[in-house]
Amino acid sequence: MAAPAFSNPIVRWIDHRLPIFSFMHHEMHEYPTPKNLNYFWNFGSLAGFMLITMIVTGIVLAMHYTPHASLAFQSVERIMRDVNYGWLVRYLHMNGASFFFIVTYIHIFRGLYYGSYKTPRELLWMLGVVILLLMMATAFMGYVLPWGQMSFWGATVITNFFTAIPIVGDAITTWLWGGYSVDNATLNRFFSLHYLLPFVILAVVGVHVMALHRHGSNNPLGIDMKGPQDSISFHPYYTVKDYFGIAVFLLFYAGFVFFAPNFFGEPDNYIAANPLSTPPHIVPEWYFLPFYAILRAVPDLWIIDAKLAGVIAMFGSIILLFFLPWLDHSPVRSARFRPAYRFFFWVLVLACLVLGWVGANSPDASFHGVPFLWIGRIATSYYFLHFLVILPILGYVEKPKPLPLSISEPVLKRTAYGAKTMEKA
Amino acid sequence: MRRVLSVFAALASLAATPALAAEGGPLPEHHWSFQGLFGTFDRPAAVRGLQVYTDVCAGCHSLSLVAYRNLADLGLSEDAIKALAATATVADGPNDQGEMFDRPGRPADHFVKPFPNDQAARAANNGALPPDLSLIVKARVGGPDYLYGLMTGYEEPPADFKLFSGMNYNKVFPGHQIAMPQPLSDGAVTYADGTEATLDQMAQDVTTFLAWTSEPELEARKRMGVKVILFLLVLSGLLYAWKRKVWAEVH
Repeated sequence: MAAPAFSNPIVRWIDHRLPIFSFMHHEMHEYPTPKNLNYFWNFGSLAGFMLITMIVTGIVLAMHYTPHASLAFQSVERIMRDVNYGWLVRYLHMNGASFFFIVTYIHIFRGLYYGSYKTPRELLWMLGVVILLLMMATAFMGYVLPWGQMSFWGATVITNFFTAIPIVGDAITTWLWGGYSVDNATLNRFFSLHYLLPFVILAVVGVHVMALHRHGSNNPLGIDMKGPQDSISFHPYYTVKDYFGIAVFLLFYAGFVFFAPNFFGEPDNYIAANPLSTPPHIVPEWYFLPFYAILRAVPDLWIIDAKLAGVIAMFGSIILLFFLPWLDHSPVRSARFRPAYRFFFWVLVLACLVLGWVGANSPDASFHGVPFLWIGRIATSYYFLHFLVILPILGYVEKPKPLPLSISEPVLKRTAYGAKTMEKA
Repeated sequence: MRRVLSVFAALASLAATPALAAEGGPLPEHHWSFQGLFGTFDRPAAVRGLQVYTDVCAGCHSLSLVAYRNLADLGLSEDAIKALAATATVADGPNDQGEMFDRPGRPADHFVKPFPNDQAARAANNGALPPDLSLIVKARVGGPDYLYGLMTGYEEPPADFKLFSGMNYNKVFPGHQIAMPQPLSDGAVTYADGTEATLDQMAQDVTTFLAWTSEPELEARKRMGVKVILFLLVLSGLLYAWKRKVWAEVH
């Protein structure tokens, strides 16, 4: 890390004592980035942008919000009606959660498609799974805070998962609630944790970026950079590309915030929480629907009752992502050169979309005579088969296409090579 | 870019999985003045709707999130707001003798509830609790169409339908059994602006008014949204040009 010669004497003086400018120079200017990243590599910075947006809007909301069972709903409406631009801050935060998950899910599926979890990036991937789990906990607790009907009953359903734990389940659930049902004590601790966890996420994101900068970004070809002809500096090339990406992303985000702010929400959450009246359908926020479908898909298994089995399957569906770098042991990263993997990748995407659709419907209902319960069971089976059976077998039986010699080789022959792969990918 | 867009579209359609429709009947399709990118509240309709609320609904339904002063947004004059507020009796206190006292309402007061508490409301309504109407349009699947359908959806039950005693048949209400008797019928109010008070007219007007109480920020939100989108379009174009310029030497 040779310190560059800064022309500004103040910068030189500071950098001599605190090498922050050298650090920035090293991580932004000298940091080599593959020159062939496509727009799917924008979603990591978009997720970071959303994290900051959520923290900033959330801090402002916390200034006006009252975490008490009898005041929370009113205080949110006060933000909507009486706080200057309170509606804007609240809608940015509320829709921000949905958009944070949209960009994060695209970021994750990009990693799956291009094999970004493979050696030497296993820890980078696993830290990402930790971030996903933290995001899910944060989003769930945040959804409880407005204390509407869906907040209350969603919290009741989700916290009841813990009663499935044998023997100590009921005691743990009572401890989590701080009482014998979801009530004021639950709301208070959820508010406290909802304020804390984003900063934990921020810290893990820092480590995630540290792990990223050790070996640099993967790329659409999935092959390593072989020399300076394969790379460009992160700044200005990818900073300007990220700026453009953020502006386009903001168009979508603003479209919902200003013109359909309740599109992702449930009307029932504009009814104040009422422990005596259960809504006919309790559904989680859309980003949890695939997991909700997995939870409900699992029947009694041998000595494990359906509730416990469902909870294990639901958490297992994320926990198994920690083992993905070893389940998929094919040495080829990018799906561009793995025709069989590419096919199964799209089946997985389809299975996840189907799970989301099943999660939004009652399991008793049916689609053209096929019960949603069974559609959910098939999609759930595929999800686990994909990771636990198909990927390990593919590593042995798939014959990958020949890899290009270097990143700059196909980039130079973009017209001949690029046109073909763009269509398929 | 096209791929990015298609992923967005796929995710949007996932989220758009039909909201679990209330098990009521089909809702009437109606065009509302406040829909669309540039929609605004039809002021005369909302003011007539306020009259329907105060003359009919307010007997049972509270509107506790709305203050009288908020009516200035609908174009009511300060004097009209003061006069309307003064018709309400507000319990205030304690005074410096330590006693609670009644006083006429002021513009800063919220709409006074018809019943002091939920138990009193149930006692007066055959055990049913009339919901607060402040957020009713946002809090129902179908929004304004649902409310309009409910107001105009009272009819005789089908011959094989078992209606419980004290209940009424409504074709859009989930389960079709509603405790509220038909609230509006032709001529139920006499409009101050001379409009003929048909059932359909009153249902539209009160829906417009309650859409406003649900989303009083709607007009400011859409006005700002148009500016923000135009700004972002220009910004995206400029950033794209900048990106092209920076990357020109790489390709």
